[in-house]
Amino acid sequence: MIRIVRKEDTVGLRAWAVRAGAILAALAASVLLVLLMGYDPIRTFGAMLQGAFGTEYGRINTIIMAVALAMTALAVSVAFSMKFWNIGAEGQILMGAFAATAAARVLPEGTPPVLLVLACLLAGLAGGAAWALVPGLFRIYLGTNETLFTLMMNYIAIKFVVLLRCLAWKDPAANGFPVIAEIPAGAFLPPVLGVHAGWILAVLLAVATYYFLRSTKLGYEIRVVGESERTARYAGMDVRRVVVTGVLVSGAMAGLTGAVKLMGVAHTLSETVAGGDGFTAIIIAWLANLSAPGIVVASVLFAALKQGTLAMEIVGSPPSLSDVIKGLILMAALSTEFFLRYRIAVERRDAHATAVHPPAGPGQAEGGPSAEAGAPAEEGG
Amino acid sequence: MPYVHPEQDPAERRRIDPAIEMEGISKAFGSVQANRDVRFTVRHGEIHALLGENGSGKSTLMNILSGIYQPDAGTIRLRGREVVFRSPRDSIELGIGMVHQHFKLVEPMTASENVAMGTGDGLSRSRAKAAERIRDYAARFGMPVDPDKKVADMSVGEKQSVEILKVLYRGADILVLDEPTAVLTPQEIEHLFAILRRMREEGASIVFISHKLHEVLDLCDRVTVLRKGETVGTVDVAGTTALRLIEMMVGRAVDLSIERPPVGADGPCLSVRGLTVRDALGVAKLDGVSFDLAHGEILGVAGLAGSGQKELCESIAGLVHPQSGAILFHERDIVGRSPREIIRMGISMSFIPEDRLGMGLVASMDIADNIMLKDYALYGGFLLDRGSARRKAQSIVDRLAISTPSIFHPVRKLSGGNIQKVILGREIDLSPKLLVTAYAVRGLDIHSSYTIYHLLNEQKRKGVAILYVGEDLDVLLELCDRVMVLCGGRVTGIVDARTSRKEEIGLLMTGVTGDAPVPAGAGEGKA
Repeated sequence: MIRIVRKEDTVGLRAWAVRAGAILAALAASVLLVLLMGYDPIRTFGAMLQGAFGTEYGRINTIIMAVALAMTALAVSVAFSMKFWNIGAEGQILMGAFAATAAARVLPEGTPPVLLVLACLLAGLAGGAAWALVPGLFRIYLGTNETLFTLMMNYIAIKFVVLLRCLAWKDPAANGFPVIAEIPAGAFLPPVLGVHAGWILAVLLAVATYYFLRSTKLGYEIRVVGESERTARYAGMDVRRVVVTGVLVSGAMAGLTGAVKLMGVAHTLSETVAGGDGFTAIIIAWLANLSAPGIVVASVLFAALKQGTLAMEIVGSPPSLSDVIKGLILMAALSTEFFLRYRIAVERRDAHATAVHPPAGPGQAEGGPSAEAGAPAEEGG
Repeated sequence: MPYVHPEQDPAERRRIDPAIEMEGISKAFGSVQANRDVRFTVRHGEIHALLGENGSGKSTLMNILSGIYQPDAGTIRLRGREVVFRSPRDSIELGIGMVHQHFKLVEPMTASENVAMGTGDGLSRSRAKAAERIRDYAARFGMPVDPDKKVADMSVGEKQSVEILKVLYRGADILVLDEPTAVLTPQEIEHLFAILRRMREEGASIVFISHKLHEVLDLCDRVTVLRKGETVGTVDVAGTTALRLIEMMVGRAVDLSIERPPVGADGPCLSVRGLTVRDALGVAKLDGVSFDLAHGEILGVAGLAGSGQKELCESIAGLVHPQSGAILFHERDIVGRSPREIIRMGISMSFIPEDRLGMGLVASMDIADNIMLKDYALYGGFLLDRGSARRKAQSIVDRLAISTPSIFHPVRKLSGGNIQKVILGREIDLSPKLLVTAYAVRGLDIHSSYTIYHLLNEQKRKGVAILYVGEDLDVLLELCDRVMVLCGGRVTGIVDARTSRKEEIGLLMTGVTGDAPVPAGAGEGKA
């Protein structure tokens, strides 16, 4: 019979060795799979590495993807730290992108690019925050379940953008195609070192989130509320205020991500701007155990994996194979966290088989025959 | 010398071989050596006490015996056979039953469902048989358990009987009880002892963990004392005294008297008038409670569990809003003020609920982060003052001798006594004018308890008014100046602790007042 048993946590260097080992094992399994399917593993994995890091195009795409994932994962990590299950980052990204587009459309032509960019980013912050505030208020005043609520808000956001694209903001110059006009070029995020400036924001956001949760009063309150609302009240915290502020911060960060994706990559608002990052970010946040530096690392690796498997498909391996490899690696990473805390105990049906008789030899010396040890009271000292 | 067991008939072997023999057990957690070469032997048919201060390695040893931890070194023999536990199930199947301090029962289910759960007998046909067996055990050992009663409707004593039935049902003849009396009333404790004695007569071996020496002396046959992870020795109860046991535990002679400094002269601090608190269903949890508390005075609060102590503490801390009445602190009514305003006024509550980590502390955070829980907001700016929190944490750890690898250790990994020291240390550090403390020494060993009494007296001398909600009547009478007795949410008496006797308070606790008839409903179903 096989059972799961709690063990002492593995920590420190050993834990990292286990993690690295798991990824290597997943890669080894992938190599076997590639061989079985009749492809050349060196060519396939070479293409994967080459695709993710080897070419300038690959590197840029990896980083662009990582920026969006990291910013979103940081956003949800703030909400998750207070056990507010914000599954609505997807919608908050879209509403941030919507608000940024609105700002770009409203501001008069000839606004200096610096002002335009700043205005769009701020609008993004506000858009995401407002979208997250709705489920936040419902939760604290009516006790609704935020998981379902934030999830539903995603679909509302998507349909809202479709509505804009097909009706209100439909570009008259697009020959009848239901698309929204590009935002003015002045609102584009300028490239820095080859990639749009959003990466600088992502790095700043990671540092800020780290210090926010660790060293500010609000961050501390968020962590206490996440642990126990009763303790928070006992310590004199206004739990409602903390939840609302935390939700606003989380939503605003997701909204900022939306603005960055719009201004750096898409340049035109559509319902595909978020592209599932709001959901992938949840996996990343947990993979990194909600730690900001961990999120940055996990995002880059995840983006590289995605970009690399894309390149594999270009050299001829089927998309299903790259999906399987992605899955293997992700599963290895996630299950490692499990095995650092639990172990699998295999036991025989007959429990008495576990009672082993002592081996003959020096081990016996300290014990002595049991009859003696059972003799009348040992005197204590 | 190879070990060959002599061929003997089973009865003879049972007589000679001890039930449990743990030899040379060592276990380290990181740099902390929790057990070092521990030797622990329990005979068949005896009640054996395991004594030791908090952090002396008792829990580790018992976790090894129940298969939760694997020892780094040493051997375990059960009934003469060497065994190796790979998991708790191995230990259960070899007849060891752990009864934990915190009940692990499913409240909406009945006693027999709880007992049979996980054995495969909870389903269909065997269900009636399971109930029958439970009835048998209950009758045999005199346990007041109805197999069809839901756990949620049971008293604490009944719940504990269900826990014991659970391990008996799984065939345990070696029982380990971890502080079983901590949550029981005096009557329930007597009943438990009767059950345990009957089990001993039937040949069961019982390991009894408790900090209350008079219980150990009353119930047990032999005692093994641990100190700092090592065995100090095993003695017969018949030939020892409480003082001698304490000496073995602490390593030196200890003065067991609690001092009582005179009441300070700084005048009144707190006046409670007609305080009434109702729960969501409109049932009065506190009913017209009135009392006064002066600076430099310790007012004890006695009562059976659930008599309104929690509501009284939480009302003063601003966590519960009373329906009527006034709480005057320095003649200002604090009813309706927020917990933070009350903290700022200098009212401090170190409430230690049954679940120690439930409210006073943030379990996953380290000591330093927990130390700033109450005062982080009292300084300006939006950043935390981590530096001063660290210094404070270090000084509290040093002053109260909290045993921990560092102030960055998560509190959930500390032992119960150390957890309570962290809470009390933090509250005292706020230099309160009024200190409300509930069950401050619950689960603490003697040494730690006395440290806490001294700390409270130190505060008293500084003129702090102290409301001390306690359980141990002897301590209440020795430590406090006056004792207020609650029963069913009402004050049944406030007595002078210098002149009152335990029996007097015991009667008041059950609602028998000198001049009035028993209030309707008071104390009902609680004893």
